[in-house]
Amino acid sequence: MTQLPPQSGEGAAVKLGLVIDLDTCVGCHACVIACKGWNTENYGAPLAETDPYGAAPEGAFLNRVHSYEITPEDAPARIVHFPKSCLHCEDAPCVTVCPTGASYKRAEDGIVLVNESDCIGCGLCAWACPYGAREQDPSEKVMKKCTLCVDRIYNESLPEEDRTPACVRTCPAGARHFGDLGDPDSDVSQLVAARGGYDLMPELGTRPVNKYLPPRPKDDEIDVLAPLLEPVAQEPRGFLGWLDRALERL
Amino acid sequence: MSLPDPELDLSPAPSDEVRQTTCYMCACRCGINVHLKDGEVAYIEGNRDHPVNRGVLCAKGAAGIMQHTSPARLRAPLRRVGPRGAAEFEEISWEEAFETALSWLRPLRDAAPDKLAFFTGRDQSQSFTSLWAQGFGTPNYAAHGGFCSVNMAAAGIYTMGGAFWEFGSPDWEKTQLFLLFGVAEDHDSNPIKMGMSRLKARGVKTIAVNPIRTGYNAVADEWVGVTPGTDGLLVLSLVHCLLEAGKIDLDYLARWTNAPVLIDGDPKSATHGLALRDDEGRQLVIDRRTGKPAPYDAPGVRPDLSGKIRRAGVTHRAAFQLIAERYLSSDYAPETVAPELGIDAGRIRRIAAEIAAAAFDRAVTIDQPWTDFRGERHETMTGRPVAMHAMRGISAHSNGFQTARAIHLLQILIGSVETPGGMRFKPPYPKPATAHPKPHAGCRPGQPLDGPHLGFVQGPEDLLIDGAGRARRIDKAFTWDAPLSAHGLMHMVIANAHAGDPYRIDTLMLYMANMAWNSSMNTGATMEMLTDTDEDGAYRIPHIIVADSYSSEMVAFADLVFPDTTYLERHDCISLLDRPISEPDAAADAIRWPVVEPERAGHAGVRGFQSVLIELANRLELPGFVEDGSAKYENYADYIANHERRPGVGPLAGWRVGERGQTPGRGAPNAAQIDSYIKNGGFFQAHVPEEARYFKPWNAAYQDWAVSMGFYDTPQPYLFQLWCEPLRRFQMAAEGRAAPPPPERLREEVKLVFDPLPIWYPPLSDGLADPVEYPLHALTQRPMAMYHSWGSQNAWLRQIHGVNPLFVPTKVWQAHGFAEGDWARLSSATGEIVVPVAHMAALNENTVWTWNAIGKRKGAWALKDGAPEAKKGFLLNHLIPELLPERGDGYRWSNSDPITGQAAWFDLRVRIEKVKNPGEAFPVTPPQASPVGRGPGVLRRATAAKRKSEAGAGPDGAVGTGPSPGTSAGTSAGTSTEPATDAPQAEGGGIAGMLRRVGAAWRGAGRPRATPAQDAAAPAPRAPEAPIPRGPDAQTATEEDRET
Repeated sequence: MTQLPPQSGEGAAVKLGLVIDLDTCVGCHACVIACKGWNTENYGAPLAETDPYGAAPEGAFLNRVHSYEITPEDAPARIVHFPKSCLHCEDAPCVTVCPTGASYKRAEDGIVLVNESDCIGCGLCAWACPYGAREQDPSEKVMKKCTLCVDRIYNESLPEEDRTPACVRTCPAGARHFGDLGDPDSDVSQLVAARGGYDLMPELGTRPVNKYLPPRPKDDEIDVLAPLLEPVAQEPRGFLGWLDRALERL
Repeated sequence: MSLPDPELDLSPAPSDEVRQTTCYMCACRCGINVHLKDGEVAYIEGNRDHPVNRGVLCAKGAAGIMQHTSPARLRAPLRRVGPRGAAEFEEISWEEAFETALSWLRPLRDAAPDKLAFFTGRDQSQSFTSLWAQGFGTPNYAAHGGFCSVNMAAAGIYTMGGAFWEFGSPDWEKTQLFLLFGVAEDHDSNPIKMGMSRLKARGVKTIAVNPIRTGYNAVADEWVGVTPGTDGLLVLSLVHCLLEAGKIDLDYLARWTNAPVLIDGDPKSATHGLALRDDEGRQLVIDRRTGKPAPYDAPGVRPDLSGKIRRAGVTHRAAFQLIAERYLSSDYAPETVAPELGIDAGRIRRIAAEIAAAAFDRAVTIDQPWTDFRGERHETMTGRPVAMHAMRGISAHSNGFQTARAIHLLQILIGSVETPGGMRFKPPYPKPATAHPKPHAGCRPGQPLDGPHLGFVQGPEDLLIDGAGRARRIDKAFTWDAPLSAHGLMHMVIANAHAGDPYRIDTLMLYMANMAWNSSMNTGATMEMLTDTDEDGAYRIPHIIVADSYSSEMVAFADLVFPDTTYLERHDCISLLDRPISEPDAAADAIRWPVVEPERAGHAGVRGFQSVLIELANRLELPGFVEDGSAKYENYADYIANHERRPGVGPLAGWRVGERGQTPGRGAPNAAQIDSYIKNGGFFQAHVPEEARYFKPWNAAYQDWAVSMGFYDTPQPYLFQLWCEPLRRFQMAAEGRAAPPPPERLREEVKLVFDPLPIWYPPLSDGLADPVEYPLHALTQRPMAMYHSWGSQNAWLRQIHGVNPLFVPTKVWQAHGFAEGDWARLSSATGEIVVPVAHMAALNENTVWTWNAIGKRKGAWALKDGAPEAKKGFLLNHLIPELLPERGDGYRWSNSDPITGQAAWFDLRVRIEKVKNPGEAFPVTPPQASPVGRGPGVLRRATAAKRKSEAGAGPDGAVGTGPSPGTSAGTSAGTSTEPATDAPQAEGGGIAGMLRRVGAAWRGAGRPRATPAQDAAAPAPRAPEAPIPRGPDAQTATEEDRET
């Protein structure tokens, strides 16, 4: 089985990852398709579709948005959109389970990748991932997963401002943020601290690098400070009196 | 095992060239960077410099590559060889196509131009297509606005000279409270997402009014799930609360609106309800300085909101007094209206208080001096930072015009239009109704029409009816049935042409409009009308010409098809003459240009339809296109650069030729103009001067700038029309005070609905569909990842939205004992459908809904017959009649807003019953043939360059042949399919507990339950299944594998 790099334990220097704002995500799937587009043409084998125009079109996506309906007891039902992709865990079970060494975690930035030329398509890593973040390509039979756009973020042929994952660059709602979560002073770490960002299913011990920002309070959970309005008059004649006085003050 | 990390190419070139053009995956017109490798499209992303999207791009835009390579693309002109509707065609040459069309069109132009009806759908070249129709001489032209959002546009322009979306925008940077009414993914999608994100970053609250809580409504801070069609009542109740508390901007109302204008208040007077005018026709106000009447625009005048004068025995009062009397009435008190709205009165009062607090306690002042149209100088600009936005949830009701007016009344009463923090107009708006043309229908053989088709009527004398009251247009726009139908009534054209009412036509020409399917009400009957014959066996509508890029449902009914290009293969201009891309601080327009050449190997090929129209115009020698026997334009690109609408004003405002070099706005045509646009990323912007950025309708600096840009030829300051005189003129005709009078059957309705002040009345079909028998409201929404019928041919997008269940609220779900996987019969007063259902709790309790236009006819869009869109997908359109049932007077009323004729899609009332799963949605439409074959069985979408580099690298070992674990990891983690909503709540309340539940549900559910925004395939990793061979059997996007 495959080893994690020694640096990926406590105190690792650089931990690149995403911070995803569940308060702002409108569930538009822009990130899903930007990811699909970039990764069809870039890292590894193209993302192909089987039965693309038929009964059961199926292709690998490295990022998907799921929507959940929440029905609180004391507030109206609501929907939370939940974008999901590889969380680039520090203790990545998908890496340690790999029989060929194809799944690996980069020492220098913590990105978890699949070396497709060593992947035998056995699917063990997908079994091991508790988040369901890996998908076998239905036509290529290799394992596909979020690369954190490793071929964009260091890409010297892109303008510097574009050296960010395709999903982050495209997000119309600004709900996706990319940066070094190993650096407590980075913008993303500051954002996580300010908004109470959290780990997904921390009890599993995978120590995901990606963080989620929770939805802010809504509806009846909000304290409304504005006092109710006081009428200036109870009937039209009184209102016209108020109007005259108010106009005089203008 | 520990291997050295493999060598990675961290800097692959994304492309060898980037070409910048304008997206057309929906109507928003974002800027895109199209990355090319060896001339092939490799990747599409947003253009960071573009004023609309500033670099971001939605799912549709990013999936453009799959639309551009869609197997449904047409490849050659087609001539019908089978019966209409079967889609049996032969490919013909372009010359044959032109001559066929001309053999129909030429005799019509020579004898009766009105026998051609030319209607366009999501056409972004309306200033061009209308010019063509005008040159042809037919009055029968319009685009799709009549079934889209004319209520919004017309209410805005009549009230305040601008509206939402095209014409206005929230002041995202300064607002302190944002209200959304009836907005799904209708319009302006990326700007709204970007704007709401900025509001969240600033901690500004959004209140969303919508029966359905998806998308923007899901992320809004507060959701008001009103009963469909009652928004106007909510808004007028908010007006009541604000007036009662004196929380209105009196200074703004006095200066910038017609609230102080004196209105004839004597019911016996011949001018009752009209403004008092001086001898020069100027509206009069009482000047508070003198107590005497004065023209509203007199220098230094201080208009009095409580003004009153008695003249010749008639009392005239400031319109504001009529407003106060109307809305202070207890009819609009929250306690009165709450039951109708389905929300409680205290909540209405609380929202009013929040509006007042934001508007008046957090007013925004900018240190920017400016001068108004009366000549008064102001040292600062102060605004009421409450922004609003509304769209089809408001406008697609038969009370939508007055509801949109109610929203504008609310905005204006608090002083939040064109002030900092409120709503801002985008140039060339503001532009009042009076500065727009009036509609024209003067049609003579061989002659051009006597003026523009569409416009803004000011009273009954402007209607397009003959002496007997008969409609002059085939869609009956600008008649008493729809007097203010500023965008025409495209949804009535097929029904009226079939009925020969008001007259028969010969040729129906449609562009980019799927009128045989999702864009028509009563879809089944519409298809029958298109195929119906006279006694002699000839079609009732003798000729149908369709121009489309794709094999749509409408194409099947064409006799002749002009195949259009994809959006990456064409020239277009997004022009200031019709629907530009301006933002409040800049006038902006844009182009499309062929970033790749259209190639349909082995076929006659495709052409941009605008260039086809120019060819037809040249051969017909239409005025405006041919002068002195010679053609003015070779093709559309030539027209874009060289056409002049007025001297110095053309389709594009950028890089025109002035006296001293290139100039924006007014100037002579520039042969290199399109090249300049291409160099600038495909668009042009002219920034509004700082002093001119707010108070635009009254701001002298703005008015001067607008004249310099060519928006109008002289300054056009005006007052906001809270009291709407044109409506009053129609009402007066119904009262017998003005001519021509409405037909008797409409008299009472006109008196009621043409109220010069905003009113609310229940959706008109409520009076026909018994609310007890049909207790539910039924709506559609457009998903964020699809645009009408276009998305289903897109192999990426259809994996997100391949099915559209009917979403049913909890109360109804439980009452009918529905379970997951069930089907239901949904019945309206005029039809029934049988469809799959899904439960949704975040929904008004009396409303069901589905996604718009996912359902497809078998054979269309190159989909295979088993496609879920064609088996389970469905349209609500079958339940929506274009004519309401007869009311005992022998007359069938259009299912439209009685003021504008806007299609009342959302008035629909239904009842629901559980039925056995029929295996396929009902009604089942017989399949159409596919003139383009069907899509391939496997699609490996990648450029030749990518495949080449892949082959070079050697995919050694990349194809696994080992044994399969047999199940997915998702399944191994548990096979629970419990929806998240049913998870126990024991993990603690509040947000934290809720999110733990989200996590737990995710972990537990191999395939999370699809909710409205999430119809995507499973999140679970895919276990290897039966191996799919690589090599010759695996198809690529460029290889042909068509079932024909």
